[in-house]
Amino acid sequence: MILSELYWSFLQIGMFSVGGGYAAIPLIQNIVVKPHHWITMAEFTDLITIAEMTPGPIAVNAATFVGFRIAGLAGALAATFGCITPSLLIVSLLALAYARYQKMELLQSILGCLRAAVVALITSAGLSILGQVLFLGGVPSAAHIPYFSILLFAAAFLLLRKYKWNPILVMSLCGAVNLLLGIVTEHIS
Amino acid sequence: MRKNRWKKALLLMLQMLYISSFTFGGGFVIVSFMKRIFVDRYHWLEEQEMLDLTALAQSAPGAIAVNAAILVGWRVAGLPGMLLSVLGTILPPMTILSVVSLFYQAFATNPYVALALKGMQAGVVAVILDVALSLLEKLLKTGDRRHPWLAAAAFLAAFCLHVHVVVIILSAGIIGTLIALCGKRKEERHDPF
Repeated sequence: MILSELYWSFLQIGMFSVGGGYAAIPLIQNIVVKPHHWITMAEFTDLITIAEMTPGPIAVNAATFVGFRIAGLAGALAATFGCITPSLLIVSLLALAYARYQKMELLQSILGCLRAAVVALITSAGLSILGQVLFLGGVPSAAHIPYFSILLFAAAFLLLRKYKWNPILVMSLCGAVNLLLGIVTEHIS
Repeated sequence: MRKNRWKKALLLMLQMLYISSFTFGGGFVIVSFMKRIFVDRYHWLEEQEMLDLTALAQSAPGAIAVNAAILVGWRVAGLPGMLLSVLGTILPPMTILSVVSLFYQAFATNPYVALALKGMQAGVVAVILDVALSLLEKLLKTGDRRHPWLAAAAFLAAFCLHVHVVVIILSAGIIGTLIALCGKRKEERHDPF
């Protein structure tokens, strides 16, 4: 039965992609593309592009995309539910353990260190995306300094930091401003 | 109390719908948005709890956004909170992806879509770095003096050496265990009953 196969395949993807995001990509390839030929390698590349351009976790996006293509809406639901099943079980247990043992001295010490690491990881993720946005991941050259992206980033940062604006409003504004500027420069040239 | 819990759970779902519709990129993006809304605006969680939940979400299997939604959901409004929070997290990507996969060609080649997305990326970076900076300030001001050093080491490992995040979090956990065990032994030596 195709629905249970979809469910089971994406359950494995949800189970073994520790660390989220890009960890899921090789798994999707190994579980979905190779044995079942549910999607071709070209469609798989498209899928990664779509997943990067749209909101949401890559695994959930992939589940919807593949499920939809194989078995319509029911397929999308089966695959997505499969992919979040391990999280629902394991993470709920973690939530329970956290609520119960949060105050323990040993756990306090561990969590203190974890917090410090998480702050570092968030900073690192932010800086690598900054490099990606400003320099497209390449080496910056004097001829192609993306003045406008830098300006946009600086303005957004100021609005958030100094004026405490709503982050989603700031982000949507950035999109709108870049779109407007693109249309205007297109008209001039 | 029970009615109140469902009300909170519903509000949580609406916020997750909103956050999940607009957050592009990896798990840390959505976690930064969750911190701004659930800690700074609603005060449903302490900042430290949000960091703890982030570490747990990161180390468990599955998508970080879904894991974080489960943890925050349980913490804020129990089982209804967890269920509605997860629903709020997965509905937007599911809807958007169903539509996008139908119109993929038109969507991918549209220059205006690309322009708007590129602008939004600059905004996303600003949000993450704003959250990171507030967290770093707090880390330096309060708590253990060892923690900033640990954070510096974790940053070097992640940013410069590209060590896998799971390895970094596990190492931090091991260091935390060792600190607690050594601390206990020292106390026993100084203060024998």
